[in-house]
Amino acid sequence: MSTDNGTKKGDILVEMKDIRINGFSDERWHEIIKGVDLTLRRGEVMGLIGESGAGKSTLGKAAMGYTQPGCKLVGGTILFDGIDLAHASDGQKRELWGSRIAYVAQSAAASFNPAHRLIDQTVEATVSHHVRPAREARADAVELFRSLQLPMPDTIGSRYPHQVSGGQLQRIMTAMAMSPRPDLIIFDEPTTALDVTTQVEVLAAMRSIVEEFNTAAIYITHDLAVVAQMADFIKVLRYGEEVEEAETRKMLSKPEQAYTRSLWAVRSIEKPEQPSDDIALEIADVDAAYGGRVKVLHDVSIRLPRGRTVAVVGESGSGKSTTARVITGLLPPIKGEVRFNGQPLPRALKDRNRDQLRRIQMIYQMADTAMNPRQTVGDIIGRPVQFYLGKRGREVEKRVIELLQLIELDESFIDRLPGELSGGQKQRICIARALAAEPEIIICDEVTSALDQIVQEGILKLLLRLQKELGLTYLFITHDIATVRAISDEIVVMFQGKVVEQGPKSEILAPPHPDYTELLLSSVPEMDPDWLTQLLKSRRAEQAAG
Amino acid sequence: MSSDKTQAAQSAGAAAEETYSAAAEVGAVRKRRTRLERIWIGLKKAPLSAWFGMTVILIYCLVALFAPLLAPYGEAQVFPVPYGPWDAEHIFGTDQIGRDVLSRLIYGARNTMGIALVTTFLSFLIGGGLGLVAAINRSWIDQILSRFIDILMAIPSLIFALMLLSIFGSTVSSLIIIIAILDSTRVFRLTRAVAVSVAVMDYVEAARLRGEGLGWVMRREILPNIMPPLVAEFGLRFCFVFLTIAALSFLGVGIQPPTADWGSMVRDNASLIQFAQYDLKAGITPLLPAAAIALLTVAVNFVVDWFLHKTSGLRDEH
Repeated sequence: MSTDNGTKKGDILVEMKDIRINGFSDERWHEIIKGVDLTLRRGEVMGLIGESGAGKSTLGKAAMGYTQPGCKLVGGTILFDGIDLAHASDGQKRELWGSRIAYVAQSAAASFNPAHRLIDQTVEATVSHHVRPAREARADAVELFRSLQLPMPDTIGSRYPHQVSGGQLQRIMTAMAMSPRPDLIIFDEPTTALDVTTQVEVLAAMRSIVEEFNTAAIYITHDLAVVAQMADFIKVLRYGEEVEEAETRKMLSKPEQAYTRSLWAVRSIEKPEQPSDDIALEIADVDAAYGGRVKVLHDVSIRLPRGRTVAVVGESGSGKSTTARVITGLLPPIKGEVRFNGQPLPRALKDRNRDQLRRIQMIYQMADTAMNPRQTVGDIIGRPVQFYLGKRGREVEKRVIELLQLIELDESFIDRLPGELSGGQKQRICIARALAAEPEIIICDEVTSALDQIVQEGILKLLLRLQKELGLTYLFITHDIATVRAISDEIVVMFQGKVVEQGPKSEILAPPHPDYTELLLSSVPEMDPDWLTQLLKSRRAEQAAG
Repeated sequence: MSSDKTQAAQSAGAAAEETYSAAAEVGAVRKRRTRLERIWIGLKKAPLSAWFGMTVILIYCLVALFAPLLAPYGEAQVFPVPYGPWDAEHIFGTDQIGRDVLSRLIYGARNTMGIALVTTFLSFLIGGGLGLVAAINRSWIDQILSRFIDILMAIPSLIFALMLLSIFGSTVSSLIIIIAILDSTRVFRLTRAVAVSVAVMDYVEAARLRGEGLGWVMRREILPNIMPPLVAEFGLRFCFVFLTIAALSFLGVGIQPPTADWGSMVRDNASLIQFAQYDLKAGITPLLPAAAIALLTVAVNFVVDWFLHKTSGLRDEH
């Protein structure tokens, strides 16, 4: 308990100097962290930000003296409250971890043991480190649940991990980290996997509890808007080196480096809205259910104007992806129909002919799993060319090269396997595969949400350019409002399997909104350190009034 | 070459790496290697046990291939002295009707291993094919196949094999087919289990959305991704088939004389063991084919263990 140890806010807690960490891949060692300094005082929150691969997680974990398998600390000093963690024995480190240093991982679902009750897992480290006895720790955990605003704080602990939602699980994980009253908590992308509406609650809960107990924290994320709400200081990393470090307000108002400015690049794309009445695809009054029982879509009707982008927004479970499955025929609807160029499409995939299949293509969220890891880029893009257009041999290769150029890659990629590509390149190959079929409509299912800001920008610009050149129609499924603002012509808002509203971008984004749209739009973090505070204040005021 | 690629990567504006993985996070583009180079690199890192295993397997294969050249006498050639002692003429002596033991050991490698290999291939063809179909289908075909396999597996396989062999007769072909079918149940289960997790991947869905048929999805999308566990299982299954054949031969329903086979050689000369107190060498004679079986089994297992470890994704801490 930091405040009882005779220490006070402002004392240096963590001091890392000239940290160098090497990682082993491709038969040799690479430098992952190239000499970074980090100083953290008690009660401060440091935001570590950068793209994936910048080394922010590795650096964050190094602050607790941990390097993951395949990495090793090769230089520098790590002082935690005067203890030299770089040279500490495993036993010493184990003493600290779970009592004075805690870690909150990105995926709470993967971090809990499904076979034990939540409260037992929450207090496990506290009890095993003899920070306090079990009975006391449990009572304290309930208080933590209460201050994290979990529903039914007295009994929620007796549930199992699968019985609570993702956002609740993430808050319980924060309670677990807070239970031994550590001096330092490392948050490793704790809200990245959550919906915007849930993210707000989790952020608010984490911030208040960190403030309440005056805990120092390192907050790792790639989302500048999120870190702006949490951190006192922000450190930007790139390729294992520090780009700049500054106070949050200063960083947001006057970033010194061009790279830092590019981190919010997506927010700078703008596409003028173009209305159109030429409907390419229409879904009319569709009901759909999984396994014939659980109805997930209720009377969904969406219209896609030709050559335009319709963005479908909503939180997870709202039926966005199910709608895509109905359109592609993977999930035949139980009611309603899908009309393509005025003609109804057969409901099931197997009843559609090759030409109907060719005209509607799909791009997936995770480019990693959307490409067969054992096929080369040439095979992946070449197959639709062969399959739909009947080309053979040299012709296929020629077309593949054309397509690679179209997505701003070149023919040197043709023999590579997906594992040898970066995340952005992979998504480009997936786009090329869809283009290879020469489709009219492309369904983009969260295609940019797994990518970094700069890469996102590149992909979105590419999609816009292709639309202009080839007259493509996009159905763009996403939960990211910034992306929607950037590329859509029309917006469909979905909630619990129903369409809340559909209309031109300008109309939907301008007030007044239906309640749900309002909640969704207001939950998107903004680049303003006071945004969360004000949002919470206004929501509380509304609650009090209502 | 690699600088070209780095440039291409940069011009693509894709400075970032895939979803966070510390090992890959350095911006350097990985070098493309030919399959042969990859295999060689893998071999160089193989532990001693795997090298031992591979050497033994190689020697066995050579012996099996060149049996007629290596064996001093014919497979079924009978000499006047049964149970002959070890001497210069017959290095390991002769068996119960006077055939040269060394020659029969060498021919035995060919027969026993050849039949085991064909049987294992056949069982993988049946079990693997049906397993893939079940994994992709996941509805009534899967149910029917899986329950039928459960029933087959519920019957003790050795007894079942004995029964079937006595019905259909102990010819080489019926031996191969019966053991292959009984063994394919386990291959089916493994294939189905690993294929199910691949069948739900987006790229399989993408192939189906494209309109690809069952054959393409099986061969091109799923099979290449489940090869490592199947290859490892192949090694293990081979051992078990080998042991099953030896056991059946020992029981008298396996490979029939005069074809030389290690299992039946043990049985034929088993009575010699009781003479060990008078002549140690005579006592060892029936153990020689048994040792040949044991050594091969151990060798194959060493290789399989290494292969499993390599492909399981477990990383050694550096």
